[in-house]
Amino acid sequence: MEWSFLLVQALSGLASASSLFVIASGLTIVFGVTRIVNFAHGSFYMLGAYLAVTIVPWLLEFDRSPTLFFAGVLASALAVGALGVVMEVLLLRRIYRVPELFQLLATFGVVLIVQDLVLLVWGPVDIPGPRAPGLRHGVYILDQRFPAYELFLIFVGPTVLALLWLLMHRTRFGVLIRAATQDREMVGALGVNQAMLFTGTLFLGAALAGLGGALQIPRVSASAQMDLSIITEAFVVTVIGGMGSVPGAFVAALLIGLLQAFGVLVFPKITLVLVFLLMAAVLVVKPWGLFGKPEAAAGRAVLPEGILDPRPLDLAGKVLAGVALLALLALPLVDAYAVKVGTEVLILALAAFSLNFLVGNGGIVSFGHAAYFGLGAYGAGLLVTKAGLPMEPALVAAPIVGGAFAALFGFFVVRLSGIYLAMLTLAFAQIAYAVVFQWVEVTGGDNGLVGVWPSRWAASREVYHYLTAALTVAAIIFLRRVIHAPFGATLRAARDSAQRADAIGVDVRTHRWLGFTLAGAAAGLAGGLYAFSKGSIDPTLLGIPLSVDFLSMILLGGIQSVLGPVAGAAAFHAVKDFFMPLTDHWRLFLGLSIIAMVLVFPRGLAGAWASLRRRPA
Amino acid sequence: MDDRVLDVTGLRAGYGPAEVLFGVELHLARGEVAALMGRNGAGKSTTLKAIMGLLTPRGGSIRFAGQDITGHAPFRIARLGLGYVPEERRIFTDLTVAENLEVGRRTAPAGRAPWTPERLFEFFPNLAEMRHRRASAMSGGEQQMLTIARTLMGNPEAVLLDEPSEGLAPVIVEQMAEAVLRMKAEGIAVLVSEQNLDFAAAVADRALILEKGTVRWQGGIAALEADEDVRRAYLTV
Repeated sequence: MEWSFLLVQALSGLASASSLFVIASGLTIVFGVTRIVNFAHGSFYMLGAYLAVTIVPWLLEFDRSPTLFFAGVLASALAVGALGVVMEVLLLRRIYRVPELFQLLATFGVVLIVQDLVLLVWGPVDIPGPRAPGLRHGVYILDQRFPAYELFLIFVGPTVLALLWLLMHRTRFGVLIRAATQDREMVGALGVNQAMLFTGTLFLGAALAGLGGALQIPRVSASAQMDLSIITEAFVVTVIGGMGSVPGAFVAALLIGLLQAFGVLVFPKITLVLVFLLMAAVLVVKPWGLFGKPEAAAGRAVLPEGILDPRPLDLAGKVLAGVALLALLALPLVDAYAVKVGTEVLILALAAFSLNFLVGNGGIVSFGHAAYFGLGAYGAGLLVTKAGLPMEPALVAAPIVGGAFAALFGFFVVRLSGIYLAMLTLAFAQIAYAVVFQWVEVTGGDNGLVGVWPSRWAASREVYHYLTAALTVAAIIFLRRVIHAPFGATLRAARDSAQRADAIGVDVRTHRWLGFTLAGAAAGLAGGLYAFSKGSIDPTLLGIPLSVDFLSMILLGGIQSVLGPVAGAAAFHAVKDFFMPLTDHWRLFLGLSIIAMVLVFPRGLAGAWASLRRRPA
Repeated sequence: MDDRVLDVTGLRAGYGPAEVLFGVELHLARGEVAALMGRNGAGKSTTLKAIMGLLTPRGGSIRFAGQDITGHAPFRIARLGLGYVPEERRIFTDLTVAENLEVGRRTAPAGRAPWTPERLFEFFPNLAEMRHRRASAMSGGEQQMLTIARTLMGNPEAVLLDEPSEGLAPVIVEQMAEAVLRMKAEGIAVLVSEQNLDFAAAVADRALILEKGTVRWQGGIAALEADEDVRRAYLTV
């Protein structure tokens, strides 16, 4: 390898790092002040790109000058900043006090809405942007051609860093932001109107995301998938750098950019695994990130209220459970469609139950539970299609694969708590998703794999339904036993006060790790069953949208109830199954529903129900 | 004309299911220093927080400078001219001394000379030398000075001062007492919560004693010093 080649590789790594920093800095500033992890930050990035591919070509028709190009980029960034203000005033302002899980869900609702709106306005086809006038040529560096625009991008990151530093240290607004990052309430008690400060912060954060997106248009086309891929990278950067720290974001973006640029040379297919290893290494040494502070993550409750005092089922509960079970067994008497829906509900119920085992019982808010579901499905599916094994060993392997990855990721996850933990689960899930998506030779990439059929004896829908019922019900009963057992009580103790549990001799980390692994194994089993029920697998089984579906199910059913998630899964799936064929804008509908749920029932549907029930007494 | 700058009647407040204040009655005259006394857990800090709006009152009313401020947001209450110095100091440790003062800065009401960093540095000479130092690198006493200076930057008419002498060396406590007296000399009314009778006697004109969330005794500070029964009933441990 020649030196010149390595140099060019380093430069292109710096260019990506620079772009990544611009985006992540906005995310980290918004988190620092508002303590909200804004999922919609990726949507702002995407909107920046879409606005720029609309505005910039229009401007360039007047005059193909660099000035107009950058005026267009800046205008796009400012427009996105204005959208950030709209989001703050309409949504965020109402949810500063609700549990963090709801905040994440609400901002994810915005992600869904923006996705559908972008498709409505700009259509499904990717839109390439214009090249930047004056920066279209290449520059020769030691005989290697390097695009001038990339060279320009390298300087954008440090420039933004310098400007942010000036803003933060030389203006009253910046000093107030830094003070609010540390102690919002005290800033208020000194007479500062936090509403204005927060609105200003959202403008700044969104505009930075928009700028990041608009600057990408000469390099990549605007597409409707930009949001979730960039938000994962931005999450990884803020987790590594330390949440709320702008210099931390800069250093982390540099590390990741260079790691990816050189990682491609060594392991062309698995640069993401390198990013994972970097993140893991940093978190083991510094759990709060390179420049982070523990208090940034500690704070309000992540959860509304979890499972408090699990009791054996009373008579009414036993009757209800019995009736539900009989109904499931009787489904084949209705029709084939009922059997299909029934099988799906059972599988989702197990996945939701295993998630609530973590969330409601353990206080471990996993935002990437679908990863273990999907990995279980892929584990089973690959054994059947690639190794030629029959269904039975594949179904045994599914929970093992799900559990093994949960053990691997969980080892790092349980070191954190609160919102940090949620972001880390999400980042791991996205990495698993990306590996499955990119490793085309093995996983079939975007198309997935077909031919994952059950063994001959279980090939009929009815028999497979009974098989699913037997396995899922057994798994749910087992997990419920664990919740009632001392192990479950220990997890609840660790959830309510990790410190106090620690002080009385509980090994909190190991308990959480085992719990995480167990939940991952159960989700893996559900995923394996799902693969055989469909006959195929694809990467959406690991995706964020499915993780959010699971979370919606347990919120609907009530995370404070042991069996509620089962009912939540049934209700959610029935509603989705009914509405989805009726509308082209399912995501818009779902996003608005999630936001409405957070705004109207900040304590969760089940909490609202519980207080309704309590009132007459 | 009403000489009360702060008037609290029937104030009730608490945390979650725990009720702490059961109808606190107190007032503060313009320019006076009153000491809010009582044992740990009597509700001193809770009273100050509820007045400042940091804790939503569950009942009663709070009037400040002629306006009803019950349930108002803290920043609105601060803007009316009520300053708050928390017990835990809560200075912004990532910021420099000058930046901490900047966060507290508000324009002074017409006709009053505003507090500036320069004036405050005369007031607290220690701080002048460390203007550009990060607050995290200051001693506890210096941080306590800074938190008072920061509140004064808002040009308050009255200040709620929560346990200023707690955990400080005797020489610093003396400086704190001096600071309170100088605030009084500037015409600022101060409601200071305090467990230390010597400190209260050094700065206050009047004392109120809280116990179990209500005011049990009030009177001149000299009367309190003279009345051993009251002291034994409500103050000594």
